[in-house]
Amino acid sequence: MMSPRPFGTGGVSAMAIRRRTLLKGALGAGALAGLAGCGGGDGGGGGGGGAVTFGSNWSDEVPKNAIAAMMDGYGGGKVSINTIDHNSFQENINNYLQGGPDDVFGWFAGYRMQFFAEQGLVGDITDVWSDIGSGFSDAMKQQATGADGKQYFVPLYYYPWAVFYRKSVWEQRGYTPPATMDEFVALSKKMQSDGLVPLSFGDSDGWPAMGTFDYLNLRINGYDFHVELMAGERAWNSQEVKNVFDAWRELLPYHQPDALGRTWQQAAQTLLRKESGMYLIGMFMGQQFPEGAERDDLDFFPFPEIDPAIGADAVEAPIDGFMMAARPRNEEGAKELLRYLGTAEAEDAYLAVDPNNVAAHDDADTSNYNALQKKSQELVSGAKSISQFLDRDTRPDFASTVMIPSLQAFLRDPDDIDGLTKSIEEQKASIFGG
Amino acid sequence: MRTLSGVDVLTVALMIAVPTVVVVGLVWGPALATVLLSFTDWNGIGSLGEINFVGWQNYEDATTNYPPFGPAIRHNILWLVVFFLGPTLLGIVLAVMLDRELRGSRIYQSIFFMPVVLSLALVGFIWQLIYSRDQGLLNEVLGLEGGARIDWFGNSDINLWAVLVAAGWRHTGYIMLLYLAGLKAVDPALREAAAVDGAGEVRTFLRVIWPVMRPVNIVILVITVIESLRAFDIAWVINKGRNGLELLSTLVTQNVIGEASRVGFGSALATIMIAISTVFIVIYLIQVMREQK
Repeated sequence: MMSPRPFGTGGVSAMAIRRRTLLKGALGAGALAGLAGCGGGDGGGGGGGGAVTFGSNWSDEVPKNAIAAMMDGYGGGKVSINTIDHNSFQENINNYLQGGPDDVFGWFAGYRMQFFAEQGLVGDITDVWSDIGSGFSDAMKQQATGADGKQYFVPLYYYPWAVFYRKSVWEQRGYTPPATMDEFVALSKKMQSDGLVPLSFGDSDGWPAMGTFDYLNLRINGYDFHVELMAGERAWNSQEVKNVFDAWRELLPYHQPDALGRTWQQAAQTLLRKESGMYLIGMFMGQQFPEGAERDDLDFFPFPEIDPAIGADAVEAPIDGFMMAARPRNEEGAKELLRYLGTAEAEDAYLAVDPNNVAAHDDADTSNYNALQKKSQELVSGAKSISQFLDRDTRPDFASTVMIPSLQAFLRDPDDIDGLTKSIEEQKASIFGG
Repeated sequence: MRTLSGVDVLTVALMIAVPTVVVVGLVWGPALATVLLSFTDWNGIGSLGEINFVGWQNYEDATTNYPPFGPAIRHNILWLVVFFLGPTLLGIVLAVMLDRELRGSRIYQSIFFMPVVLSLALVGFIWQLIYSRDQGLLNEVLGLEGGARIDWFGNSDINLWAVLVAAGWRHTGYIMLLYLAGLKAVDPALREAAAVDGAGEVRTFLRVIWPVMRPVNIVILVITVIESLRAFDIAWVINKGRNGLELLSTLVTQNVIGEASRVGFGSALATIMIAISTVFIVIYLIQVMREQK
């Protein structure tokens, strides 16, 4: 139920019908019986020697083909791909991992990876990293590492969040990308006087607002504070967090009004129709623009600096990649496959089919990148730290049952920051266990 | 009375045992498990042996430390009241009208019943088209522009009403069909007798037909209560039951299903829902038993 962000291309809308969920025997409260449901149990007969199974949640057309192309390039034996609807996979992940998971499967970096590592539900692949590690930056390695210092994750690609705009509109009006918050506000005012909505905004699904919160927090309090806050180590009713909400309230007049009834896709339409000037969202937003001239008209700038002492070198760029089951049927084969998945060639094979993301590997072929991909790559490789996203950097139960309603409550009533932050902190205490 | 043969005994035993196993396994077992889990902090991971019991903690959190809980209870009650006064009564009125052998009665019936058979995804989509703030039909028809546009789904003061209209649209057709079936079964002689005695249309309905329809009325009452308590689908399709559309059922789902897996906490919410349903079930049973005496 967490952020139904599209995975690769061809976005799964929030309303997507969850057919597979039913097939999976849709887990009731204590649906222990459902545990065996997801296994895809054709792990091959003889002691660890059969085909490696791969649980893929890249279920949309384009990413699915990209994964197939990637696996075709693997010379180490047959990989049997078990594709599961993206949202169902996410919702059933607990049962999937406790049942008979595939040897290798797709997942996200950040706390959402560390959480399962801590529970002992995914396999340690530190030895794989000693072979593939040289191809990844330290920031990437950090995102693949669990709380215990071991590696559990092989990154495939990332997609940065930034402020997107249409080049044609900006050229026509003579706007230039703002570097600081003051310039950002001045630009927003100018857009309003030009009859544009400065910032497209839609938060019907609850998660897009997390991006705004994250960036304000990263710029006001810095990356380390973000990490500690997400880990439950900082108080949500601290002055630091209140400052974030205060700053957001100042910006709300420049946001598209009535955001709670609008999906992020509908908000993207306002940018497409040139009714708004900017949109703070992830790179996947490009899929809402028709391929060709419209999509090529898209550009972005990094979220502006607020405090010079903090700077603007933290980038929110969620990473998708692969993990190994805790007890794979074919461990050697699984690790061999992960070694391949962690190469530049494998990522090239994927991105050749699905060019809506940026490869995580340092040596990936960038010669075919479009302008947005190139710029994204520069943005992220120049970043001092990479955050994942609020719902990937903290406990999933906290993100979905506390933060989504709380951020929506803030947007409804931005004036009661004290009451709101107090309530978040109390709920945090009950979820994180004091 | 003759004694039962071995085969008879076996048949009877099976006829009792199989439904018992099904009911216990699929209804009572899970319900009891839910109640038990509501006293734990289980997160869906790990064996049952590792479960921590936390006493009434989940209930305390739900009632004192969970902002969506209060609105959810209020919304469920509002749902019940509105459903009863609106769609249920409207459905009954429609049924009475359609029972009068109007020309094209079947066509009207189909039209009113249509929403009941449409799939949930389609119903959500239809109302999305109507209520969307920027591109929706309703704002266009009302001629609202720019800032005057009404955010039917996003404004937490009105979105519940918007959803109630959408849900009532389905419920009306359902009640209409049930009541119509009941009316068709009423002995025409009763109406004739009432007419001969000089009773008017309204009087006939209130004094003769309504009392005869008592079993159907109770069924409709029960269905309305059940539908209101388990109201879920449209709110879920629109925004996962948040921001003004909180309902007990959506809170349970948000907490239990998916990555969140607050199984213990979600079970506490579900148990509260069971408790509320039980009140209505008991009232219904008392009513039925009284009648049998």
